[in-house]
Amino acid sequence: MNVNTKDTNTNDVDTEVANRSDDPGDVTISRRDLLIIGAAGAVSAATLPSLAAAQNAAQNSAGPAPALAPSKVSFKVNGKVHALELDTRTTLLDALREHLQLTGTKKGCDHGQCGACTVIADGRRINSCLSLAVMHEGSSITTIEGLGTPDKLHAMQAAFVKHDGYQCGYCTPGQICSAVAVLDEIKQGIPSHVTADLNARPPLNAAEIRERMSGNLCRCGAYSNIVDAITEVAGRTA
Amino acid sequence: MKAFTYQRVRTPAEAAQAALRTPGARFIAGGTNLLDLMKLEIETPTHLIDVNGLALDKIEPLADGALRIGALVRNTDLAADARVRRDYGVLSRALLSGASAQLRNKATTSGNLLQRTRCPYFYDTNQPCNKRAPGSGCSAIGGFSRQLAIIGVSDACIATHPSDMAVAMRALDATIETVRANGSVRTIPIADFYRLPGNTPHIETALEPGELITAVTLPKPVGGKHFYRKVRDRSSYAFALVSVAAIIQPDGSGRVALGGVAHRPWRIEAAERNLPGGAKAVTDQLLAGAKPTAENEFKITLIQRTLSAVMAEAKKG
Repeated sequence: MNVNTKDTNTNDVDTEVANRSDDPGDVTISRRDLLIIGAAGAVSAATLPSLAAAQNAAQNSAGPAPALAPSKVSFKVNGKVHALELDTRTTLLDALREHLQLTGTKKGCDHGQCGACTVIADGRRINSCLSLAVMHEGSSITTIEGLGTPDKLHAMQAAFVKHDGYQCGYCTPGQICSAVAVLDEIKQGIPSHVTADLNARPPLNAAEIRERMSGNLCRCGAYSNIVDAITEVAGRTA
Repeated sequence: MKAFTYQRVRTPAEAAQAALRTPGARFIAGGTNLLDLMKLEIETPTHLIDVNGLALDKIEPLADGALRIGALVRNTDLAADARVRRDYGVLSRALLSGASAQLRNKATTSGNLLQRTRCPYFYDTNQPCNKRAPGSGCSAIGGFSRQLAIIGVSDACIATHPSDMAVAMRALDATIETVRANGSVRTIPIADFYRLPGNTPHIETALEPGELITAVTLPKPVGGKHFYRKVRDRSSYAFALVSVAAIIQPDGSGRVALGGVAHRPWRIEAAERNLPGGAKAVTDQLLAGAKPTAENEFKITLIQRTLSAVMAEAKKG
């Protein structure tokens, strides 16, 4: 699955995983790597029959045959440029997770309803599951991996830890990317549904934070702690 | 998702010509609704024409006091525009009540107008649906219809148009500018843009194949107090059960458009003459001939009460 990936990062995780899986003597493979390899296999298996079906449909119809050659796209993720060749159907989310192995961004509903896939693209939070990778030519994407590192957490990451803003953690990368963008949107003066006066600067309070975070679901119900975490960071950066 | 080819275009004319040349092609802008439907294979375009490179992302004042909104202006930017917040508050409010911030950051003005219905049976490919598969029947009639239309319905379809933005634009008498595949341009009043379902619920708008929306123009501001009151099952990020867009003038006259009740934003200008007579008088005329189901007849009362609340708020200082 990685043959089309032209990653400018020479220390590519893709290569690392592929090498290890080719070596039958290597028993140090981690659970995470195993999952990545397994997922890659599943994707190939699931994709091939539908490609074949589409090819047959194209040959049988009068319309122009969809060219199934991969499309080239180049965008920056967390400051690093990546040039990829992708099936046009690849979402930004799948490009990040399956091609760049940036698995911090999560796939929840895959239909823009849960917010687990939230990333910041060209300064704006979006659902990466509802955006085609090929439509991000020249974009600059920030994922949870680009906000902070385990050694140097972003203020929002540290606040989520401090306030216990999660239980299972699956929605957390999306919540944190969204929360960082929320504070930026308030700073820019973008109003929300609960802003009382459309012509004044929106206030920074719990009601505003709750409304603005409504596109990020948390099945564990950590909402009140998430609001506490964001409020603390807002107080610090205001 | 079915396989498709992809191209970027640089001018509206190039986009319209590409659509004409390629059967099965669709325009894509924000993609938040189209990709959702493509994943479910409810939409199966063989070719996507990416119109994001067209320079249609400006909001500009016109000489006659009108405001012209480029088709690619994102919902967030339109809601936050200082002129829209000041002079067209109903539109700002409607936009902010819709979807989530992530979706509003991507969704465009033209894409919002063209989003498909959220009828659960349209989304369920195991069920008959005249909109998804013409002639297959309507599962919503006699099915779960609490969310669905009460007026302008047909035996073929009782779906509602889901846009909040379009309801506000209907109250504002917006006009929609387009370019056709042959290069000609035209302007469609929003009152004539959406079709009722009739026997062809799969044809939703007045657009011709290949026709591309380039802008939406709001006539010069009409003043008054602006309201967009949306009633829904959750307080955020949910579609309207009903919504009321209203512009009320100091003398009590005004405009009223409804969302969540029909296949298009619902406005009957004649009913607005009844505003001094109270919410019931307006609602009775607005919804004359309504054909609700047992599950959604509550919407008639809900609209009257929501309009009544809006009118009471308009009277306050």
